[in-house]
Amino acid sequence: MQQPELIPHLFRTEYRKIVAVLCKRFGFYEMETAEDIASDTFMLAAQTWGLKGIPPNPVAWLYTVAKNKAKNFLHRQATFSSKVATASAATETPSSIPEYEIDLSPQNINDSQLQMMFAICHPTIAREAQIGLSLRILCGFGIEEIADAFLTNKETINKRLFRAKDKLRSTNIPIELPGSSEIDERLNAVLATIYLLFSEGYYSISNNNTLRKELCFEAMRLCYMLVENKQTNKPPVNALLSLMCFHASRFEARMNENGELILYDEQDTSLWDTDLISKGSYFLNCSATGNQLSKYHIEAAIAYWNTQKNDTREKWESVLQLYNRLLQIEYSPIAALNRTFALSKANGKEEAIIEAEKLQLTSNHFYYTLLGELYTGIDNVKARSHFEQALSLAKTNTDRGVIQRKVNQLTS
Amino acid sequence: MNEYMLILRHQDGKKIASPEQMQIWMKQTMDWIGSIAAQGKFVEGNGLLFDDSKVVWHQGVVTDGPFGEIKETIGGYMVVKAGSVEEAAEFAKGCPVLQGEGNSVEVRLMAKNDGTH
Repeated sequence: MQQPELIPHLFRTEYRKIVAVLCKRFGFYEMETAEDIASDTFMLAAQTWGLKGIPPNPVAWLYTVAKNKAKNFLHRQATFSSKVATASAATETPSSIPEYEIDLSPQNINDSQLQMMFAICHPTIAREAQIGLSLRILCGFGIEEIADAFLTNKETINKRLFRAKDKLRSTNIPIELPGSSEIDERLNAVLATIYLLFSEGYYSISNNNTLRKELCFEAMRLCYMLVENKQTNKPPVNALLSLMCFHASRFEARMNENGELILYDEQDTSLWDTDLISKGSYFLNCSATGNQLSKYHIEAAIAYWNTQKNDTREKWESVLQLYNRLLQIEYSPIAALNRTFALSKANGKEEAIIEAEKLQLTSNHFYYTLLGELYTGIDNVKARSHFEQALSLAKTNTDRGVIQRKVNQLTS
Repeated sequence: MNEYMLILRHQDGKKIASPEQMQIWMKQTMDWIGSIAAQGKFVEGNGLLFDDSKVVWHQGVVTDGPFGEIKETIGGYMVVKAGSVEEAAEFAKGCPVLQGEGNSVEVRLMAKNDGTH
């Protein structure tokens, strides 16, 4: 790899490791220092590698520089506090300066990242802030990229991160894995954030396709870290990873070259990533232990059926029953709409129309799109009026494009 | 929004259905629950098994099963959210148990434990 692409590449993979280790070592009070040291390290790399060439082992170079900067910081801090302590209390000063070792071993990097994950996803931190902090600290995203993903500006993201860091400090959240009595509950919060991160990428209205894909794969990477650790390798974690693999397998097929959404029925299945589909199946199998049935298990099972393109009765009956159960665990408008679509496939359109009209999700354009589809072929006049209602509610050009095509098919 | 309990009553719990019939009822029941859950009105619910049950009477008399003396048995319950008892009764109308003659679903407002009940 040549220097121009090497540094951004290393930044993406190494920045977050250095920050996690230093932050764990310094505590949240010196979080900014940890970030500054990591940033300075890359700045120095950019300056010196350009002049002297790339060192034989660039990662080791980065770690050494970061370690030295961290040691200097700890040394200065100790000197300062001992001087202040001497001046104020005139007590004995420690006769020897302790050695400040910074442990950048793969084991400690992994542990620190996991511990940071649990700290950032602490229930007292607002969800939005958890996402922002995760992207910054755990994924090493730049402020600009985060702003881009949320379709907002850098100031907003900076303010949000600032408040979140303040909260981490004031609540004194420990940077550690929770004990076994607490872990399931805390893990739920971590999984919720990871899934939100994934969805942000998968369903985002941002036009930056590369960035969206990266968000998805970062979410999967974080989840994989949990799978790799004995304490956190629990059935719902495997279920979530499975679910994300199944979804991500369609990434290339669900957008055309203009960034427009391609509906499931119209996707080119040769673009589906079979490797990710088999990984999804693998983790789905891993999730089938214990007696806990999480919503991720159900969603992963639905996602599995979505990788089966054939329109069989068995498929739609299974999907319908999975949605019936999912909705009992957690209601969401989108699950209610998907359930009704599965109902139309399993029990017929007439029954689905009756059920759809009970939902009354009248501010949701997907609701009218569904009604339009259910009425298509049964009452095209009604179908058209529902599609038109959907058009007036749709917020993005992509959505309007999809609906408009359905209207056009109605006339032809 | 209130919570109502739908109590599913069977006229004759001893009736044996064929496995095929059971499967049809099972699907209908799951679709019925799914329909209520899709409207965001499902709170909780469960079936009550006929096996391994006792009835305890006045002065500590214990008999096997809910059958025998009483003809009617409770097969299950569901708690739903509804704006009125009429709305809750509409949910109850979809219950597959009602396909059996003499069966019924009782709709009862649940106490809120907020001092008003």
